Amino acid sequence: MADLTLKALSKSYGETKVLHGIDLDVADGEFIVFVGPSGCGKSTTLRMIAGLEEVSGGEISIDGRVVNHLEPKDRDIAMVFQNYAIYPHMSVKKNIAFGLRSSNMSKPDKEARIAEVAGILDMTDLLERKPSQLSGGQRQRVAIGRAMVRDPAVFLFDEPLSNLDAQLRTQMRLEIKKLHQRVGNTIIFVTHDQVEAMTMADRIVIMKDGHIQQIGTPDEVYHRPDTTFVGQFIGAPSMNMLAAELTDGVLKIEGGTEIKLAHEATGKVLLGVRPDDLRAGAEPVLIEGQVMLREPLGPDTLIYLETPAGEVIARASGRHPPQLGDVVSLGADEDCLHLFDATSGVRLP
Amino acid sequence: MAMADTIRPTAAAVLETRGPARPRNMGQIIRWLILFAGGVLMVMPIAYMISTSLKWPHEVYDVNLIPKEPTLENYTYVLEDGRFYLWFLNSIIIATITTASNLLFDSLVGYTLCKFRFPGRMIVFIAILSTLMIPTEMLVIPWYLMSQSFGWLDSYWGIMFPGLMTAFGTFLMKQFFESVPDDFIEAARIDGLNELQIWWTVAMPLVKPALAALAIFVFLGNWTAFLWPLIVTNSVEMYTIPVGLSGFGDEADVAWELIMTGAAISTIPTLVIFLIFQRFIIRGVVMAGLKG
Ligand SMILES: Nc1ncnc2c1ncn2[C@@H]1O[C@H](COP(=O)(O)OP(=O)(O)OP(=O)(O)O)[C@@H](O)[C@H]1O
Ligand SMILES: [Mg+2]
Repeated sequence: MADLTLKALSKSYGETKVLHGIDLDVADGEFIVFVGPSGCGKSTTLRMIAGLEEVSGGEISIDGRVVNHLEPKDRDIAMVFQNYAIYPHMSVKKNIAFGLRSSNMSKPDKEARIAEVAGILDMTDLLERKPSQLSGGQRQRVAIGRAMVRDPAVFLFDEPLSNLDAQLRTQMRLEIKKLHQRVGNTIIFVTHDQVEAMTMADRIVIMKDGHIQQIGTPDEVYHRPDTTFVGQFIGAPSMNMLAAELTDGVLKIEGGTEIKLAHEATGKVLLGVRPDDLRAGAEPVLIEGQVMLREPLGPDTLIYLETPAGEVIARASGRHPPQLGDVVSLGADEDCLHLFDATSGVRLP
Repeated sequence: MAMADTIRPTAAAVLETRGPARPRNMGQIIRWLILFAGGVLMVMPIAYMISTSLKWPHEVYDVNLIPKEPTLENYTYVLEDGRFYLWFLNSIIIATITTASNLLFDSLVGYTLCKFRFPGRMIVFIAILSTLMIPTEMLVIPWYLMSQSFGWLDSYWGIMFPGLMTAFGTFLMKQFFESVPDDFIEAARIDGLNELQIWWTVAMPLVKPALAALAIFVFLGNWTAFLWPLIVTNSVEMYTIPVGLSGFGDEADVAWELIMTGAAISTIPTLVIFLIFQRFIIRGVVMAGLKG
């Protein structure tokens, strides 16, 4: 177990720069999730930590030791791949034992360790099977077993659940989290699914175009997004963004109302409100709109409204939702209003 | 178990109760005819080989498939002629070593070309491929001159060296290694294997079907090779089977019945090789069905 530090880590492929200086401190035993849209550089970062990609600039240290020039096997890490990467020609047991090949444990110790890992992952009965005789979830467990067996300082997961169906995903998500609580190793987990990120992480690292947008606990990134990108990326449906102007503590929403806000900044801003917080009849009223579409979710109904400021999504009661065509005034609690700079998209303090 | 079977008919049983198969349609009949013609075409030369080997010399030029007076005399003659065993042994040694060498080196080079990025990779690959376009007939002269200056004439090494690695095998292996996911290789790297170990323990088992196919090709190719062994060997003791057999008879008359007898005997090892390796091909197809 160990902490992990990335210092100004960057990566270029020839002329194209894909990572622009990543700084991150991961504490011992922390569960970190990298999340971001496709192509933002999550896998690249992970693969550099693993030693599968060369570092173009900056520093990676594990447990206080700079590992930039160490071979993957010398970094004390283990990785679980999206496609499991378990060998079809070896039994489950051999696959798991593969992780111990380079260790200098004695044979009985190895056997004991394999049995222990199989026990933790609930696969003792499957040890003699070939991967072709396993389900997707079981194969993923084998892959995790192979990573676990060495008890590495840091576990790296690259979208390990994306090949599983929705139900199995939820289940494996829980299993990985439980496993983390049990073994306590540091985990870096890459996903582009914000639900996975929210549910599993101690801290989430949100990336975009090779930059870190925000690092924070699930609560922080949800309730205090640093940028409009984070606000819209985390949470579904996405945060509403309304153009507005702030002058002398009065926020004038384009196509909407004026409200008083204790805020010093002036100028053009973006007002972010989550659909969850935007409710019919709540005070202060921000904007009015006509219901164009309803999505019943059971307890709630999502309503899509046409407003002078464009489409806005809000949440209404599941039992008595507004009718199609109704004109509704939408309001939100003042705590739930997020102000961002209109040009840079950065949160106003 | 048996009880359950009697109570609930299996799916197969249900199908059977539907009565005899429906009459085949025209398309199927045509398909069968084509397959039958193809089968006859393939079997004919072999049938003739065996038939000729059972004929007396005077009957060889008759086209009848069933010999009028079948005889095993030719087999006795060939097997009692000590030279045949020598040629057989030569062929076995040469084909086996060449096959092993191809499996090893073609797959090493193929793997390197497939999984490593290095400057000049494409040039090397194209250079190897381009040798495929030169016919053997054009190569035998440089090979001969080379063998002569190195003193390899009339030796096993002289017969074998041009075929120890083949462009075709390298290309085949490279293409098959494409099907080994990079994840497997990277996972092994993280697990601490060096590149040679990865090639041997991870990549090679996954391309067994290709190795089996290559083994069959190379073995058969060398077993039946004629032109180069004929040119490079001088002494009867160094002949391979095809070269040796071609010498049966005298200037006036080729002893076809003896050649066919030798050929019939020499197909046996090829059958054995095929039976050994096709098992891997079938198993490989089964394994390829496993995705992810
Ligand atoms: N070998 C390469 N050569 C050039 N560019 C590359 C290479 N590998 C990755 N990239 C680029 O680097 C960027 C980051 O890629 P990366 O695989 O890290 O994205 P990701 O965040 O993991 O995306 P995804 O969610 O789709 O897996 C992408 O724009 C990609 O095109
Ligand atoms: Mg990725």
